[in-house]
Amino acid sequence: MTDGLWVYLATSPLLWLAGTLVVWLAANGIAGLSPGNPLLNPIMLSIAVIAIVLLVAGIDYGTYFEGAQFIHFLMGPATVALGIPLYEKLSLVKSNLVPLLAALFMGSLTAVGSTVFLSHLFGFTPAVVASLAPKSTTAAVAMAISSGLKGDPALTAAVVVLTGICGAIIVTPMMNAMRIRDYSARGFAVGLTSHGIGTARAYSVDPVAGLISGIAMGLNAVLTSLIVHLFL
Amino acid sequence: MLVGITILLVFQLIGEISAYFLGGFVPGPVIGMAMVAVVLTLTGGMTFLEPAHRQTVDTSRAILANLGILFVPAGVGIIQHLDLIRDRGFALLAIVLLSTVITLAVTVWVFILVKRLAGGYGHD
Repeated sequence: MTDGLWVYLATSPLLWLAGTLVVWLAANGIAGLSPGNPLLNPIMLSIAVIAIVLLVAGIDYGTYFEGAQFIHFLMGPATVALGIPLYEKLSLVKSNLVPLLAALFMGSLTAVGSTVFLSHLFGFTPAVVASLAPKSTTAAVAMAISSGLKGDPALTAAVVVLTGICGAIIVTPMMNAMRIRDYSARGFAVGLTSHGIGTARAYSVDPVAGLISGIAMGLNAVLTSLIVHLFL
Repeated sequence: MLVGITILLVFQLIGEISAYFLGGFVPGPVIGMAMVAVVLTLTGGMTFLEPAHRQTVDTSRAILANLGILFVPAGVGIIQHLDLIRDRGFALLAIVLLSTVITLAVTVWVFILVKRLAGGYGHD
């Protein structure tokens, strides 16, 4: 009887949609127990828990995505929503315009250039290189860029999340070690490098860092989608 | 809320249509993002649009405050690449770590250096 119910629910979008939301809320609760600890990243926790459940239960990703696609779809409007901090904080952009554009240009070139160079160095196939190249941009944009370059959007998504978590974990100790106390510079760097995950981290450290991080993420999405064509 | 989400989706739609005609050179949502920032800025002084502006700002804040969950469905896709991770996981991690550190360092240094150099000219 319960076997029948499981088979019935496991193939319905509702279970995986509700399941993703519940796991996310629980992961957020756990991360909230130790807010300063970047290792307790709710995104990483949620992905790990759901991946393990799917592997143990023998559910394929396609079945899971039937339900999770309703969350995934919001990536598009969320990317458009990145334009709002740009509009709201135009004065912040204007007052930092020159350093911001210089850092954007150099940072974006470095992000794509270093990734392409290193993945060639490690002997990855062109499809994998294309999947890795846009990894500093937010997932929706990176996946669109990757599929445009004949990469694999699923691999891109995983690497984008990994890049986000790495940057969010590294940024505070690294910037402290470099003795950088300018929080707009710190925020800009983490937003450019680690998109939304870095921005969430920046907001938890300093509100101005968070805002400028969101701006960096938006601007880098635009620039990366243009400059990948220089490398690939 | 409904006005806000409609505005975001309409801008995404306009972005996707533009992206189609640009041959996919720039992703649709990116064009939508740039357009929404420009249009809101240009129409900033129009009082009759103020409620729509406010709703767009509120909806965007709500979405951006919960940005993290949007990465989960795509990230779970990692289970399709377990063989690549088993065989080349170390190389992938090395690439991500190295390029993340290099990008953070270059970006923060350029920002601070140029801010110092430009600081003397007193632009607002």
